[in-house]
Amino acid sequence: MDTHLYTYLLHLGDNALILGHRNSEWCGHAPILEQDIALTNISLDLIGQARLFYQYAAESTGATEDRLAYLRDVFEFRNCLLVEQPNGDWAHTILRQFFFSAYQMELYQSLQHHRDEHLQAIAAKSLKEVRYHLRWSGEWVVRLGDGTKESRARMGLALEDLWMYTGEFFKPATYEPALALEEPWRFQVHAVFKEAGLEIPSAPAFQSGGKMGIHSEHLGYVLADLQFLQRAYPGSSW
Amino acid sequence: MDLLKGIPDPEVPVLSILDLGIVRDIRLYPPSGVGVIITPTYNGCPALDVIRMTIRMTLEAEGFTPVEIKTTLSPPWTTDWLSEEALEKLKAFGIAPPNPVPAVCHLDLFAPDEGVACPRCGSFHTELVSRFGSTACKALYRCLDCKEPFDYFKSH
Repeated sequence: MDTHLYTYLLHLGDNALILGHRNSEWCGHAPILEQDIALTNISLDLIGQARLFYQYAAESTGATEDRLAYLRDVFEFRNCLLVEQPNGDWAHTILRQFFFSAYQMELYQSLQHHRDEHLQAIAAKSLKEVRYHLRWSGEWVVRLGDGTKESRARMGLALEDLWMYTGEFFKPATYEPALALEEPWRFQVHAVFKEAGLEIPSAPAFQSGGKMGIHSEHLGYVLADLQFLQRAYPGSSW
Repeated sequence: MDLLKGIPDPEVPVLSILDLGIVRDIRLYPPSGVGVIITPTYNGCPALDVIRMTIRMTLEAEGFTPVEIKTTLSPPWTTDWLSEEALEKLKAFGIAPPNPVPAVCHLDLFAPDEGVACPRCGSFHTELVSRFGSTACKALYRCLDCKEPFDYFKSH
């Protein structure tokens, strides 16, 4: 396996793992039971996807999926900055999921035609799940944006906080194939925003670095939690 | 084949792994080897590891060795692979069986999914409570006639 594909698999896996972990932090805390279950279901899907990417990457190096998830440090992770941002309130969590799912849908649609067959298969399989995530989060964006004065204000704040991280999706790293995803992504976001009474900000979405291992302070805390067991008890297993 | 028919899905035990359509191929390697190819329903389904282990234990107990279990992702699993018998079993168990998978899966927000019949009274007068249920493969519905909440096995 060439090193570009290997790093790309880590990037895809890291995106899914870190967002899956963030969502799982809601377990037992979401506003109502059904939504608690929805978020943890999405976590499970994302962590399942991460496993497939890691297993495939690990095959070529003789490592294991666990080693890739538990024994790398912050600068070795290649996820986008958006997915490591804190959960904040419900509006932040929803908007983060919506931006990411809309991106993941375009991405996996395109990866179904990637030259690598195994990657094609993972994308085609995962796409079915991503459509659920996109619908669920899109509906919540509308509910909050077009809801009460309070929910609308919170959505506005979430948009202000998170918009700047969305540009990184579309700045290809050296190991990434160049895919024209920005336009369809904006189209999708615009359609839902229109129903929600929200507008796509005109400010540039300028933050980036995660794909190259330059992360915000938050990822260290995520890993301290996610990797705790392996750090405290190296080599322990179920 | 008959041995695998006896292995239930850990999350929906009325269905065997054959009913679910997750066993894609079985190959015999004389004198006693066997290979089984399975496919996951949903990527994160925690049942898959248990299923893998149960297949191995079942076949080894019957003297098969070596037992090789492989996972394939393509073509992706769909509820269209559930057997007719499986649909009946689900219904009898109180889970509404999946409708045929629509050719085009739409993304319209708030659009009602599809007509789902209550597994108890058969009424189509039902509503979606939550798109996500107790396992990845189910959604939560409510019957507006007999008032019972029920699981719907999502068409996927």
